[in-house]
Amino acid sequence: MSGTMAEQPRTAVSNPPVRALAANFGPQDLLRRSATSSLPAPQRQLTAVAKLIDVSKCIGCKACQSACVEWNDTNPAIGVNTGVYENPHDLTEDMFTLMRFSEWVNPETNNLEWLIRKDGCMHCADPGCLKACPAPGAIVQYTNGIVDFIHDNCIGCGYCVKGCPFNIPRISRADHRAYKCTLCSDRVAVGQGPACAKACPTQAIVFGTKEDMTRHAQERITDLKSRGFANAGLYDPPGVGGTHVMYVLHHADQPGIYSGLPENPRISPLVETWKGMTKYVGLAVMGFAAVGSLMHGIFGRANRVSREDEENAEKLVEGRPVPPPDSEERPG
Amino acid sequence: MNQNRMSQNTIPDGSAQPSDAVHSGPPVTVNRYGPLQRLNHWITATSLILLALSGLALFTPALFFLTGLFGGGQNTRLLHPWIGVVLFVSFFIFFFQLWRANLPERTDVVWVKRIGDVVAGHEERLPELGKYNAGQKFIFWGMTGLILVLIASGILIWDQYFGEATPIDVRRVAVLVHSIAAVLIICIFILHVYAAFWTRGTLSAMTRGTVTGGWAWRHHRKWLRQLVGRRRIDPAK
Ligand code: HEM
Ligand code: SF4
Ligand code: SF4
Ligand code: SF4
Repeated sequence: MSGTMAEQPRTAVSNPPVRALAANFGPQDLLRRSATSSLPAPQRQLTAVAKLIDVSKCIGCKACQSACVEWNDTNPAIGVNTGVYENPHDLTEDMFTLMRFSEWVNPETNNLEWLIRKDGCMHCADPGCLKACPAPGAIVQYTNGIVDFIHDNCIGCGYCVKGCPFNIPRISRADHRAYKCTLCSDRVAVGQGPACAKACPTQAIVFGTKEDMTRHAQERITDLKSRGFANAGLYDPPGVGGTHVMYVLHHADQPGIYSGLPENPRISPLVETWKGMTKYVGLAVMGFAAVGSLMHGIFGRANRVSREDEENAEKLVEGRPVPPPDSEERPG
Repeated sequence: MNQNRMSQNTIPDGSAQPSDAVHSGPPVTVNRYGPLQRLNHWITATSLILLALSGLALFTPALFFLTGLFGGGQNTRLLHPWIGVVLFVSFFIFFFQLWRANLPERTDVVWVKRIGDVVAGHEERLPELGKYNAGQKFIFWGMTGLILVLIASGILIWDQYFGEATPIDVRRVAVLVHSIAAVLIICIFILHVYAAFWTRGTLSAMTRGTVTGGWAWRHHRKWLRQLVGRRRIDPAK
């Protein structure tokens, strides 16, 4: 806690301060913590932050990817060129963000459009990863909206992968822990915007409060509409409570054309059932079975072999007369 | 069919198995399980208990502390599926030894209909039974089915080796199925252990491998009659 606390960043373009600043948020600001029911209510509400990715401004240079690798010091292995632009071929535990390229022929204009989307964690307000996680504190959500993985608490089960509607988390084969974009929580805590936003040469990526970013998006959408993109719009999907990474899309009516961006993402009903009903009903049924047996064991009468049973067995073995075998269909 | 066989040959079909034998008393004892079968059963039982504990640790945060038994969360995640493989192998060795004796018969229907008498301990009102009663058969087939479901779904969600083998949606179904099947097998396990305890004299079948003649007479008389009828009576030890 050295010296003055850092301001909450409102932009990614400011330069870092020259003196050390104390983090402006931390464990005391948790809104949710995985597998934890008794989380104390946060004492203050941080301003919600957001990263806005304007797909229409992206030139596909991948400076953001490089900045991400650099800041997070992930050193992805050099891959193999298979003739596509994506590099690497998918998100990995060492690549938290990935430019995805798709070639789309607009049926209205017959123009080929090159759609480039920066994929990565959306920082959902209702994060499916956190809901699915069985390890206390392995996934946390701060009141500013950042969803972060606390690797020390992660057990590597892969449940977050099943919980996420965007197919984001990746489990490292080296240390068996889950990795994804942190929204540069460590930078934001000291007043800096995310590394990708800072690096983007066209300001396709901007960062600030969610309110400011939503307003800025509206300006961009108005501009796009005036230039013929009638369906331009903001991607801030309500199915997951909105996201703290948002897109400006020129064809917001068809998110799927942007390398499979989900149309209406929500936590899968399978995951809801698994983490909801199954747990309540399951624990009740198992508890009932255990307590019922215990009660019957204590208060019920045990089924004991009688002296007569033993004598009958002896007679049978010695060939002395015993009660005869009965017919299988005794009248009931 | 049973009736016919019995009229030609007075030995009833009590599903006796080759290694089952009677030792003349007093007290009369009956061999029910051989030493390797018992060892294998204890491997099955231990792995099922360890699977239940390690699985429940991930099932609900209230039981996450159980990961401490396995050396932490990472180790629990690592060990659970391997213990599952041990369970699968040991159970299916057992399965191939016992499945014939667990095939359903007509008396099973009567047993189920008179479940009230079973629970009240009025065995004199029930038909004579072979080596297994309908309740034991239910446990046998229930465990069989659930272990198959658990190993199949368990492999699909075994992230370390099969994490990318199937689409995420398949894994979502698998994890849901796995947790429901786990709840069911734990209930069957409780029923199994409780029945063995409530029916006094049963546990020795799994410790010493033998039961008393009276136990066999009371609970599995057809089986006892078959063993005696086959004259597989050894002198008392
Ligand atoms: C038969 C082979 C089995 C395999 C291969 C298997 C595999 C798995 C895997 C991979 C997981 C995810 C956590 C992890 O990676 O460790 C898991 C979870 C679990 N397993 Fe198993 N398992 C098996 C049998 C069982 C059995 C017999 C039980 C119950 C006694 C059981 C109960 C559970 C439970 C309760 C969970 C947590 C589910 C949840 O989080 O909702 N498993 N199992
Ligand atoms: S892999 Fe880690 S972060 Fe993901 S659900 Fe499991 S414990 Fe939680
Ligand atoms: S996008 Fe996936 S990983 Fe990111 S917060 Fe949402 S559910 Fe979690
Ligand atoms: S740095 Fe900006 S322009 Fe370059 S790929 Fe990333 S988002 Fe696009």
